[in-house]
Amino acid sequence: MSSETLSLNLGPQHPSTHGVLRVVLELDGETVVDARPDIGFLHRGIEKLAENRTYHQVVVLTDRLDYLAAHSNNLAYVMAVEKLMDIEVPRRARYVRAALAELQRIASHLFWLGTHAHDMGAMTPLFYALREREALMDIFESLSGSRLTPSFLRIGGLAADIDGRFVETVKSFTDTFQGRVDEYETLLTDNPIWKYRTQGVGILDAPDCVRLGISGPMLRSAGTALDLRKAQPYCCYDEFHFEIPTGTAGDVYDRYRVRIREMRESARIARQAVEGLPEGPWAAPGSVTVFPAKGDLKQDITAVIRHFGLVMEGFKPPAGEVYHAVESPRGELGFYIVSDGGSRPLRLKVRPPSFVNLQGLVKMVRGRLLADVVAIIGAVDIVLAEVDR
Amino acid sequence: MGLERLGETTIVTANLDRVVGWARKNSLWPLSFGLACCAIEMISTAAARYDIARFGMEVFRPSPRQADVMIVAGTVTCKMAPAVKRLYDQMAEPKWVVAMGACACSGGLFPTYAVIQGVDTFLPVDVYIPGCPVKPEALLDGLIRLQEKIAREAQGGAR
Repeated sequence: MSSETLSLNLGPQHPSTHGVLRVVLELDGETVVDARPDIGFLHRGIEKLAENRTYHQVVVLTDRLDYLAAHSNNLAYVMAVEKLMDIEVPRRARYVRAALAELQRIASHLFWLGTHAHDMGAMTPLFYALREREALMDIFESLSGSRLTPSFLRIGGLAADIDGRFVETVKSFTDTFQGRVDEYETLLTDNPIWKYRTQGVGILDAPDCVRLGISGPMLRSAGTALDLRKAQPYCCYDEFHFEIPTGTAGDVYDRYRVRIREMRESARIARQAVEGLPEGPWAAPGSVTVFPAKGDLKQDITAVIRHFGLVMEGFKPPAGEVYHAVESPRGELGFYIVSDGGSRPLRLKVRPPSFVNLQGLVKMVRGRLLADVVAIIGAVDIVLAEVDR
Repeated sequence: MGLERLGETTIVTANLDRVVGWARKNSLWPLSFGLACCAIEMISTAAARYDIARFGMEVFRPSPRQADVMIVAGTVTCKMAPAVKRLYDQMAEPKWVVAMGACACSGGLFPTYAVIQGVDTFLPVDVYIPGCPVKPEALLDGLIRLQEKIAREAQGGAR
């Protein structure tokens, strides 16, 4: 009997690694003895690039970090800068931000559901999930002009007021969405094949999750109801009624159940946000970070000068450092900014949930079969641009 | 192409190159190979609304040996470039390359130490599609242009 193991290279080009992740697996037969993730294939130097951009210009870079949840990234970044500068954002803007963040969470989870099920051999959920996702992409596109990378948030508020049809389209989406989630569940939740592939696979219990810093649906599937929307409410989340879905087993199946229920809750929050949308300004009035209104640029020379100054030079926050985190679809997404009082960040550090959550991979795949690795990677829900930055 | 009658039967006469070109352009098999944001739009293009199957391109192949067209969907970093080159080398002739999005065309938003400033520095690109990210309509437009190009090549035209 030989005790030699076989090294198998999974990725960086593999349909199930969700991007350019490379994992070197040590196999004994079909059993995984060890795994070594190799990241950096999508390292674009975004943090370094941000040091040479004004604060407003960084917003478009954050879209490209976690491109499945661009709004959440915009939100985490602009809130960090607002915290640094002590800007009070109007309630209307906070409601719109919450609605967008929840719609983005649904869009992200839908994409996760489709690709994860596709990896495991179920083709239909991908087409069902992307059908609803297109409706959300339409909402984002009508609002900002871009489907995937909207950059609709600005430091101090929004890029513009919401257009007239936003409230109606969100309402009609949330009206039908719960029924659509029921459809996905009829395909998967009680499906014996799906259960065989996911139950008891990739278990990571709550203490292990905490030790590794894992957050988001992975932590909640292990039974810990930690959600920053409840733990440290931002964007008026304390005014909405919603629950935090949790699991018990901390396996791939429970992660699926948690995300499915999160989509339902997110639809509820988005609905409450557009129904209770307050009137008023959509950007902090009088803030140095907010661009003058487009109409003023044609009549008021001081508005033109201020606009030119903001575009060319930017604004200068006080020296200091700040960290702010929001609950992105993947977990705790934080931005740490160091300012030296200039118009560009001295240092910008992202705390990406994907990167931290990926650290649980090795522990989860050890002792499992090769086919389980695909299920486990899918359930972590990584975005490689966020892992590598 | 022409139609001729020979007694009871109808015969189509054509140049073989043109028939081969017609067959090739209508069954392009893309390499299912996503790099970054543009890959998400590539997947959206394959889904129900944009339905890439209308153009005979729905057969995404994870293996380069079976693929005809490489859609470089996203940012190619210095670490990834050797793998991209190797995948291209593994594809069988005839093969085509589509640079999808600003990053693949020119480095796009990322003029940094880590990013290749355009995949045409190491791959022969046939079609460039601008956009950040490229919308599904634009990707389809780019692929239709690739089809036109393949038909032109078959008639002995320039690449």
